[in-house]
Amino acid sequence: MTHRNDRVLAVAELARVEGEGAMYIRASGDVVEEVRLDIYEPPRFFEAFLRGRGYAEPPDITARICGICPVAYQMSACAAIEDACGVTVYGTLADLRRLLYCGEWIESHALHIYLLHAPDFLGYASGIEMAADRRDIVERGLALKKAGNSIMEAVGGRAIHPVNVRIGGFYRVPTRAELAALAGPLRRALDDALATVRWVAGFEFPDHACGADMLALSLPGTYAIERGAVATLSGMRFGAAEFDEHVVEEHVPHSTALHAHLAGGGRYLTGPLARYSLNSSWLSPLARAAARDAGLGPACDNPFRSIIVRAVEVVYAVEEALRIIDGYQPPGRPAVEVRPRAGVGHGVTEAPRGTLYHRYQIGADGIITDARIVPPTSQNQAAIETDLHAFVQARMDLDDAELTRRCEQAIRNYDPCISCSTHFLNLTVDRS
Amino acid sequence: MTQAGGPVVVIGIGNEFRRDDGAGPAVVASLHGRVPPDVALTITDGEPARLVDAWTGAALAIVVDAVRVAGPHAPRPGTVHRLVLDRPGSTAERTASSHGLGLDDAVALALALERMPGRLIVHAIEAGDLSQGRGLTPPVAAAVATVATAVLDDIAGSCG
Repeated sequence: MTHRNDRVLAVAELARVEGEGAMYIRASGDVVEEVRLDIYEPPRFFEAFLRGRGYAEPPDITARICGICPVAYQMSACAAIEDACGVTVYGTLADLRRLLYCGEWIESHALHIYLLHAPDFLGYASGIEMAADRRDIVERGLALKKAGNSIMEAVGGRAIHPVNVRIGGFYRVPTRAELAALAGPLRRALDDALATVRWVAGFEFPDHACGADMLALSLPGTYAIERGAVATLSGMRFGAAEFDEHVVEEHVPHSTALHAHLAGGGRYLTGPLARYSLNSSWLSPLARAAARDAGLGPACDNPFRSIIVRAVEVVYAVEEALRIIDGYQPPGRPAVEVRPRAGVGHGVTEAPRGTLYHRYQIGADGIITDARIVPPTSQNQAAIETDLHAFVQARMDLDDAELTRRCEQAIRNYDPCISCSTHFLNLTVDRS
Repeated sequence: MTQAGGPVVVIGIGNEFRRDDGAGPAVVASLHGRVPPDVALTITDGEPARLVDAWTGAALAIVVDAVRVAGPHAPRPGTVHRLVLDRPGSTAERTASSHGLGLDDAVALALALERMPGRLIVHAIEAGDLSQGRGLTPPVAAAVATVATAVLDDIAGSCG
C-alpha cells in the first residue's frame, strides 16, 4: 500500500542517454527508500551467441554490441583472444590500435559533451534546441567528433563497426600518406578540444561527491587506454586474469543486467572520473595544464565535473593521435600470426565510458566454449544508484518536475551507454 | 525540385543483430553494383550527428530504416512507408524507431544547422521482430527487395 506521504518519482523515458532505459525513485516522507535503474543488457545475448564460434570472430561480432564504442569491444576481444593464444601485439601495430582507440574516445566524448550533456548545464531541453541557438558551438562539437571519425575510417576501415581489426593486428595497415592526411584536421581539432575545455569549465557545478571507490586501467608512464593493470583508488592492483576474482557480478531483481562490485563488497565507479583520478599525472603537459586551468585538481569525484574530464581526455586523445601519426612507419606485416590453443584469455581496455572486460575460453580447435563480457555501464550501476540516492535525499524540497530533471542530469553525468548495457530506458519518479 | 546530377547518398540505418532492425543495411547491401558509380552507399546506426554528416551536401539523400509503429494501429510487418521532405522547415512524421535518438532528431539537428540535403526520401519498413538475433522475418525480408527497387527508381528520378 502506498501511504499518503509516500513520494514516487518515475521518468518513463530518459532523454539524452545512448538509448533508452528506466529509473524509479520512491520516497516515504522525507526519506528516500528506493532507487532503481532498470536496464537491459545485450552483452548477455552476445555471450551466448559467441559460444561455438571461431576464435577469430569476437572482434567483428562484439563490435556490433555498440555503435558508439565498437573499437573498445574489438580491442578487449583481441586482447583476450591473444592472451588465450599466448601472443602479445606490440610496436607499430599496438600504436595503431591506440590510435584507433583515440579516434573512438574523441568521437564518443564529443558527442556526449556537446549533444547530450552540455544542454543540461545551459538550460536547453536538448542538443538540437541548443544547436538552434548556438550553431557555432554545436558545429565545433561536430567538427571535433568528425576528427575522431576520420581516424576510425582511416585505421578501422569505417567509422561504424570498423571492419579492419583482426586478431593479431589489422587486415590492412594505412600508408604513411593516409595517416599524414589526418594531421591537419587533428591540429585544428586540438584547438577545438582546448576551446571545449575552456567552455565547459565555465559551467556551474553543484557541490556533489560520488562516494564510490574508483577503478581504471593504470600503466605508469602513460594515460592507460588499451593496456595496463587494473587499479583502484583504494589501492588494489591486479592483472586482467584476476578480474574475475576481484569483480563480482550479481543479479538484482529489478534489472536484467548484472550489478558489479568489488569482491570485498565495495561499489565502484569506472570511466573518466576514475581514469583521471588514478592517472592524471600521466596526461600530456598540455592536457594537464588545460585541466589545471579548468579548476581540476589531481583527482575528481564530482560526477557533474565529468564533462570537464571528458574534455581534457579529448585534448589528450587528439595529441596522442598526432604523436602516433607523426612517428608512424608502416609495419612490415599488418598482423602477427595467432594460432589457436586450448586455454582461457582475459582482456581489459578503457572504453570511453570505462573499463571493458572480456574473457574467452577456447578449445585447441579454436572454437569458443565460453565468453564473458563486463561492460562499463553495468559496473557503474550500483554506484549510480547509490549516488542518486544521496543526490535525491539532499534535494527532497524540490518539486517533482525539477527533481526529475536533476535526476536525469545526474544520470547523464555517467554517460550511460544504453547501447552497451541497457536498451529501453524509462525513468519513473513516483511520489504521492 | 532535386538538383539533377547532384550528389546522391543512400543510407541504411540499423543493426543486423536486432533482427528486423537490419532491414536498412540489407537494402543497402542489395544495392551494391546496381547504382551509378557516383551514388554513395553507406550504413549507420542512426546516431543523428553521423546521419547529418552522411547527407550534408547531398542533393538527394535516401534513408532506409526499420520502424516500430506507435499508436492504436496494429503493426503490419513489411509494410513500407515512403516519406519525402524536400523543403527546409518540413519535418518527418515521428516514427518510434529502435534507435535511442531517431531520424526525426537528425532532421531537427540538420534543420538547426542548415545541413539538410536538397531532398530527403525516407523508406520506413515496419518491423515485426526487434529482439536480439540475426535474420529478418519473412515479410520484412520480402520488403527489402521492394524497397531496393523503389530506391533505384528514386535515384533514376533524380537524374532525370
